[in-house]
Amino acid sequence: MALAPPAPTSTGTSGPQPGRASLRFLRALGRNGKAVAGLAILATFIALALLAPVLFPEDPSRIGSGGASAPGAEHWLGTTAKGQDVLALTVWGSRSSLFVGVIAGILATIVGIIVGLACAYFGKAVDDVLSLLTNVFLLLPGLPLLVILAAFMPPGLGTVIIVLVITGWAGNARVLRSQALSIRGKDYVAAALVTGERPLRIMLREILPNMASIVMTTLLGSVIGAIGAQAGLEFLGLGDANTISWGTNLFWASTDGSLMLGQWWIFAPSGLAIALVAFALAMCNYAVDEITNPRLRKPRRAASANAPTAVTQGAQA
Amino acid sequence: MGFILRRLGFYLVAFWASITLNFMLPRLMPGDPVTRMLSRSQQRLDPQQVESLQRLLGVEGGPWWQEYFAYIGRVFTGDFGVSISRFPTPVSEVIAAQLPWTLLLGAVSLFLAVVIGNLLGILAAWRRGGALDSVVPPLLVFIGSFPYFWLAMGSLYVFGVTLGISPLRHAFSVGLTPSWDLTFIFDVAAHLILPALSIVLVSIGGWMLGMRNTMISTNAEDYILMAEAKGLRPRRIMFNYAARNALLPSVTNIGMSLGFIVGGALLTEVVFAYPGVGYQLLAAVQGLDYPLMQGLFLTITAAVLLANFLVDLVYVRLDPRVRVG
Repeated sequence: MALAPPAPTSTGTSGPQPGRASLRFLRALGRNGKAVAGLAILATFIALALLAPVLFPEDPSRIGSGGASAPGAEHWLGTTAKGQDVLALTVWGSRSSLFVGVIAGILATIVGIIVGLACAYFGKAVDDVLSLLTNVFLLLPGLPLLVILAAFMPPGLGTVIIVLVITGWAGNARVLRSQALSIRGKDYVAAALVTGERPLRIMLREILPNMASIVMTTLLGSVIGAIGAQAGLEFLGLGDANTISWGTNLFWASTDGSLMLGQWWIFAPSGLAIALVAFALAMCNYAVDEITNPRLRKPRRAASANAPTAVTQGAQA
Repeated sequence: MGFILRRLGFYLVAFWASITLNFMLPRLMPGDPVTRMLSRSQQRLDPQQVESLQRLLGVEGGPWWQEYFAYIGRVFTGDFGVSISRFPTPVSEVIAAQLPWTLLLGAVSLFLAVVIGNLLGILAAWRRGGALDSVVPPLLVFIGSFPYFWLAMGSLYVFGVTLGISPLRHAFSVGLTPSWDLTFIFDVAAHLILPALSIVLVSIGGWMLGMRNTMISTNAEDYILMAEAKGLRPRRIMFNYAARNALLPSVTNIGMSLGFIVGGALLTEVVFAYPGVGYQLLAAVQGLDYPLMQGLFLTITAAVLLANFLVDLVYVRLDPRVRVG
């Protein structure tokens, strides 16, 4: 695995080096087309979410007159069967969807980091027990687990977040554990152990910073997963019915039968929004991958003498 | 053999954990599902429904461990209680009637996604920077970003409602009775295309990119260079040397992705009113049918664990290192 450059040299006392590395990372992000596209889409949605009360000051769920009208000058994206403005619902929906997705994604990553570090650092029985737990949770099918958890817990936004974390942490823990395990075997960790560093300090200052890129891709992946899972949960009617989110918008679209009535403008925007956000996050994820793993980068020149694929390309032509 | 036994033990632990979770959930949660149920359901409950709920919630009396062992015993005899939304059918009967359709949908879409996705990945990695490598992955990642059910809604709207060339709902036409004759099989296939297609489209990108990335590492191996030096035909090197060795992570991924495929199938079924387990799950959620929800969870979990075990068996067959190690 390719690591960020400052990895093996120092044991914690390096002040300026991580800063320079992150600056270099940011500059690489700026040069990467995928990262720029992804960040631009994300910024647009975050801006819309923040500006929702300014753009649509009225309560978007207020039931209006003239239901299910097609997009037009008055309502740019038409209205729902209940006469609500679809554009307002979509913009307002981004608040809850992004909020829940980001919070649940961050929490699931933190749990994953804790479990992964504990497994790698302590090893033996701790690793055995936590790995078993991780693998069990990985195997349990996510959506049915989400459903029974959400069905039994009192409905609300908090429940949705907790349930998403419960179903989402295991995959992160597995990835982070194997990465932490390989760093645990490095000499500088052994050196820190010998110098008598406290376990917590070794985990947080020696191991964690050196897996920053994996933590980042894990975080982006879990936010994507959380947004999708939340939408699925709400689509089944298990979310918080009082909040407006992309998932509940789709739930109402489906309940009101907009699909069979051919009212595409009711269900299209929220799904597109979910897809765009997930796509943007995935693009950032691939960008991070490409920057930190040179093997995945696109070859600059078309052919080089010892590249095996290039040789076969020539043979096939 | 040791590997297989260890995996089997692990799956048993996983299943035990899901049973225990099922047992604990209703007992630990604040608030009382029974009162919630009674307040939501306007109709009067039959004594048998009340009994089913009481068993679920452990109002039978006796110490908790006695209830616990009784619960495990009931699960292993397939007794999940009586469904509330489809009263008085037992939960196990409701599930048995629906499960085959979900298995059909899940298996067909998994098979198509794995085969097509891996093939695309092999070809993309073989011609780095070619059209397949630069255009298709971002496109598939974009399609893969849509929620399963939204893509299902979209395809149903385009092909079913607007164009009218595909059936709108259910797994077979009204009036047909399930049998093995050709008209029925074609009818089922016609109803299967759209739901399966939406799952395949969403999941194919992951397979392609996974395979592509493993293939890129494999292509850099010395034995590929050696094969080229020997002057083997590119097709032979690609499939028999590179792809064959890059396939192993994909086999492991099949096990890991089963849960997602099931989740996707459940939501897709809801959109198409496909008479599988997912459609039933929606009905269970709407009717607050806790016994049915739990039964569905356990059945789906058992199916996923079993499928994982089968994947392990295949893995042992494919990777000699596991057999020796």
